[in-house]
Formats: sequence, C-alpha cells, structure tokens
Amino acid sequence: MGKFWFAVVVGAALGVVDGLTSWFTPAVRAQLAGIVVGSTFKGAIAGAIAGWFAKKVNSVPLGILVGLIAGLLLAWGVAAMQHGYYFEIMLPGSLVGAIAGYAGQKRQDVRISS
Amino acid sequence: MISDKVLARLKTAAELPDLSGTRYRIVDQIGRGGMGVVYLADDVELGRSVAIKVLDDAQEARVLAGLEHPGIVPVHDAGVLPDGRRYYAMKLVRGARLDVVLEKTPHLPDRLRIFQKICEPVAFAHSRGVVHRDLKPSNIMVGEFGEVLVLDWGAPGVGTPQFMAPEQASGEVDGRADVFALGKILEIVIGINAAKPLASICRRAMESDPARRYAGPLELSADIAAWLDHMPVSAHRESVGERLVRFGSRNRTLLALLVAYLILRLIVIFWLGR
Repeated sequence: MGKFWFAVVVGAALGVVDGLTSWFTPAVRAQLAGIVVGSTFKGAIAGAIAGWFAKKVNSVPLGILVGLIAGLLLAWGVAAMQHGYYFEIMLPGSLVGAIAGYAGQKRQDVRISS
Repeated sequence: MISDKVLARLKTAAELPDLSGTRYRIVDQIGRGGMGVVYLADDVELGRSVAIKVLDDAQEARVLAGLEHPGIVPVHDAGVLPDGRRYYAMKLVRGARLDVVLEKTPHLPDRLRIFQKICEPVAFAHSRGVVHRDLKPSNIMVGEFGEVLVLDWGAPGVGTPQFMAPEQASGEVDGRADVFALGKILEIVIGINAAKPLASICRRAMESDPARRYAGPLELSADIAAWLDHMPVSAHRESVGERLVRFGSRNRTLLALLVAYLILRLIVIFWLGR
C-alpha cells in the first residue's frame, strides 16, 4: 500500500473511532450510525489530501500541518451543516487529519519495477 | 661533563634510521610499537610529510599495500635501509587516537557512529583474507574530519591481552578474532550502565566460542545501526516492556498526536458535558 492509500485508510479508520466517540454524547447518540459514516468519509477525505501531499512533498512537519488544516476545514464544514458542535467536531477532527498526515509521510511508497 | 639531556638527544639521534639514500628526511619519532618504530619524515621530492615505519620484515608493508580502503592508511613507498632493516612510507595520519577522541565525545550515538566506521575497514580487510589480530584503541586514529583509520596491520599473531580473543593464544584465528576485539572496543565506547541491547551486542561479539559471535564486523555494525534506529537488535531478545519503550522512542510524534487526540476527546466528552 502506497502513501496515498495508507493515509486514506488511516484517516477512515480514525474517522470510524472518532465517530463512535459520539456515543458518549447523549444528545446525539440516536444519530450514531450517520455520524460514524460521515466521520469515516471526513477522515478518508482528510487522509486523501494528506496522502496526496505526502506523495508530492517529503516533510513530516508539513505533512502533519496539511493533514491538520484539511481535517480542520472538513470538520468545520460538517459542524456548519449541523449548526453547532463546532468544538466537539473540529478539535478532534483536525487531529485525525494530522495523524493521517503523519501516517502518509512515514509510509514508504511502494514501487514495483519490471 | 655531558648532561643527561644531551646524552638522551645523542642516544635518540644514534637510533634514528639512516635514510640518506632515500628521498626522506627524518624529523622526529612519533610512535613505537611491538612491530617497529614510526617516524615523522619529510618527502623531499614531493614536499610533503609522511610517516616512516622501520621494521624487521616486509610483511606489514605487503599486507597494507594490498588493502586500498579509506579506513586503512595507504602505503606510498617501501625499501631497505643500509643496515638491512626494512622501512615503508605511509600517509601521515593527522588526528587523535580513538581513546582520546572518545574522552571528548560524550554523545553516545556519535561514539557509536565512530565505532561503525572502525568496522568498515576491518570488514574490507577480512574480505581480502587479512585479519588484523591486534585491534585496540591505540591502533585506531580519528582524523580531523571524523575519518577513521585503522593502523598496524600485519601483526604476526600475538595481540594485546586485554583485547585478544581466547582462541588467539593457540594461534588459529580468523576474522572472528577481530570481532572479539571490536566487542572489547565497543565495551569502551558504550561505557558502564549501557542500554541492555548494547550490552547484549557486546556480549555476542565477545563470546568465547567464535561460532557464537557475529560472523563479521558488518553484522556487528548492522546491530549497532539497528539500535541507533530504535529497531530490534539480533543479539537481544527484548521484553514486551522494552518493545513498548522502543516503539515509543521511535514514534514520539505519533504518540504525541494520539495523546493530544485523546485529551481533546476527553475534554469534549467530560468537560463540555454533552
């Protein structure tokens, strides 16, 4: 698995975990399934951006920054659609992006030579 | 009456080799070992300083001449003195002995990288069928730019007791005798209270049974490289705790991000009270 897909998978996996933590918020517990699906997509997209960046630029700090910004913006979009829960969605969401960015940078790209 | 000082100078002058028929002029004596005396000399033809070693047979010069490696002092020239003794001219190594350099290098990774540079020329020599047999800090020079040079090749087989492999006493040695000596040197490099994996590397290098040692200096160096990269070393079976600590030291950024995420999540869950 190359940098791009690795970051996508890590972002999506963290998105699932991040979505599941909404179970601890009683007010939104009823929408858990929808939150998990949305969070997974959000994590995967943040991972895709971070993974694409990792293929272009080899820098762990910049990779983390790009992932963080991507996660923050995507989480802001989701929070804006919800008309609330900005802190609850944006703060952890940005870190999911940052971790996906780190994962993309650390992953060795696979090259198959003929 | 002649003073002791003058007498000593006369004695030294009398011992100096007669290089009158050569292109070299002796400047000073710079070393004395079991295999011969080393002098600082000027090469008057090329206008450079060289080290001249005077010894009883040509074995060392022949061995050295066959070893062309950046970590092995190159031989420029060899010949016979009027008194029948042999000499050879080699590159003058400017730097300090390993033990002196180690005293001024407190940072363990830097010390280990110097050690790895010692392994390279020794491995090269082994690949050419040459065993050093007398590796010790005083035979290793570290140059001004961090280059490492291994000296005194071609020793007849009797090493220095402190660094000598047990099998060397019987005279039958192969490259693993040098691995033993490298283990002894590594012991000095890492000092007391070394990390367990490094101590294990030392122990394997210094196994009394040569078959249980590293196969060669490169295998030993590879384990050092693994330790420097926070990877498992072949000489050490690590516990779960050690593995976790190694994972943590290898992935500090990831751990920091995960901890930050968990803290934020806990704040969101418990503090914001939703």
